[in-house]
Amino acid sequence: MTATVPATVPAPAVTLPAPPSAAAIGLARIGLELRLFVRDPGQVAFSFAYPVIMLVIFGSVFGDEVVLPGVGFRQYFLAGIAATGVMLTSFQAVGTAVTEERDRGDLARLQTLGTPALSYGIGKAGQVVVTTIAQLAVLLAVAVFAYDVPLPTEASRWLTFAWVVVLGILAGTVLGLAVASVIGSARSASAGIPAFAVVLQFLSGVFFIDSDLPAWMDQIAALFPLKWMVQGMRSVFLPDSAAVAEQAGSWEHGTTALVLAAWVIIGTVVCARTFRWRRAA
Amino acid sequence: MTATQTAPVPPVLQHDDAVRVRGLVKRYGGRAVVDGIDLDVRRGEVFALLGPNGAGKTTTVEILEGVRRRDGGDVAVLGADPAHAGRAWRDRIGVVGQSTGAGNALTVRETLDHFARYHATPVPTGELLADVGLAEAARQRVTALSGGQRRRLEVALGVQGRPELLFLDEPTTGMDPVARRQFWTLVEGLRDRGTTVLLTTHYLDEAAHLADRVGVISAGRLVDVAPPAELGGALRSEATVRWTEDGALRSVVTAEPAAVLRDLLAAHPAGEVPGLTVTRPGLEDVYLRLVALPEETR
Repeated sequence: MTATVPATVPAPAVTLPAPPSAAAIGLARIGLELRLFVRDPGQVAFSFAYPVIMLVIFGSVFGDEVVLPGVGFRQYFLAGIAATGVMLTSFQAVGTAVTEERDRGDLARLQTLGTPALSYGIGKAGQVVVTTIAQLAVLLAVAVFAYDVPLPTEASRWLTFAWVVVLGILAGTVLGLAVASVIGSARSASAGIPAFAVVLQFLSGVFFIDSDLPAWMDQIAALFPLKWMVQGMRSVFLPDSAAVAEQAGSWEHGTTALVLAAWVIIGTVVCARTFRWRRAA
Repeated sequence: MTATQTAPVPPVLQHDDAVRVRGLVKRYGGRAVVDGIDLDVRRGEVFALLGPNGAGKTTTVEILEGVRRRDGGDVAVLGADPAHAGRAWRDRIGVVGQSTGAGNALTVRETLDHFARYHATPVPTGELLADVGLAEAARQRVTALSGGQRRRLEVALGVQGRPELLFLDEPTTGMDPVARRQFWTLVEGLRDRGTTVLLTTHYLDEAAHLADRVGVISAGRLVDVAPPAELGGALRSEATVRWTEDGALRSVVTAEPAAVLRDLLAAHPAGEVPGLTVTRPGLEDVYLRLVALPEETR
């Protein structure tokens, strides 16, 4: 490509080279987001350490319990904490990061550059995919090598794992972006989003046996994606005989996929309609 | 690949000026912060919008940049309406903001390399670093830069896409005098290469030094537009003659100081008139009177 700064000031040319596509800028942003992520030690530590620490703590307290025939506590809990990890690296990380970037004026700068909002979303989603995969790899490695939790061997279970993770990441990312549009400032985001996430974890049966939850709690949790991600993860990591301990008595793969996909669509629509580059005036 | 400008503008604005504004109005909560501004910025000039805080400078500029909606009036920037212009148009304007847009953890070079990928024809990073005097700091993290260096990086980002029109909103606020001088040299270099510059400032010396023309904004209205030396028109032709008489300071404000002097000299046939001075209003005097004048006398 060649280009010269005009020495004089001609009338606006009718044809100019077009700026790079939204996809090309999105790709550049994935690289940027990842670079910024690894240079933020707090984020790296939180994303990778939180699920592992939870597994260690809960595993140490309840480790010897057999929660279902042939299923130890750690194996049961691994499903819940894996789903939680996906929510944290997507929904919580994106929601807080976007409000911070907006408060700092980074987003206003991107707007004046003409950055497509889609490119910004691609960058966030790409970063979430990579960090979530890394986080899950660390978590599963600890579970297997430190606690001898058996991992599934059938390809069909890993396929379930894959679609649950992908839909969970997409839902978490768009909902993180959506909630950032609703929340006014980074201050309220950094207080409100983690609190919401913790409550949702308890409601969604991350820490308890699903059939032990009161029905009303399960019904509330069923409105949100996390419960379905946890249930999907249990269908991956637990034997099929454990499905009797679900409130529904089965894994409900069809409903899980539908609810998660619905949240992806709802989140995308809300983002598209409410995304803001600047703080409300 | 090619792109064409699409956003249509009214016939009155179809002109080769970089910026044309007619009757611009912006209200917040019923109060007009921009209250009927007409403004032309010619291609290739440095135009300074001067005015006190809250006068409507930043709001006006943000409307021209296409990041804020207007409530009334017609606007054409590079021939297009900023409220409806697309990415091809945005790539022809440059905005120097208060943020690099990528946080503080990147190095200067990484920041420039990243944002080069947003433009159709970016200036090579090495050239840009040399232009803004950041070659030495290229490997430093943004967080380690001084205030002046940061501003330079923001300028580099603003001109990276070879804009035809550059917006600078209070670019030297908070800079030390040396950094300001260096910054001015930078802007002069851009002008010499044909970039149209629209800057806002509340520093009179900055407007006088940099601008080909100055527009003074007060309370949402443009009260005067002229080259810095001619600003204030009639106000400027008035001179103040001061002298001491019987131990008291006397002064006369007049459009004809020579006549006053002739009378004074005639009254002092012996020679010296004690304490005699004749002063013309400087830019600051003119400016202060322009922004302080009650509406009906404008």
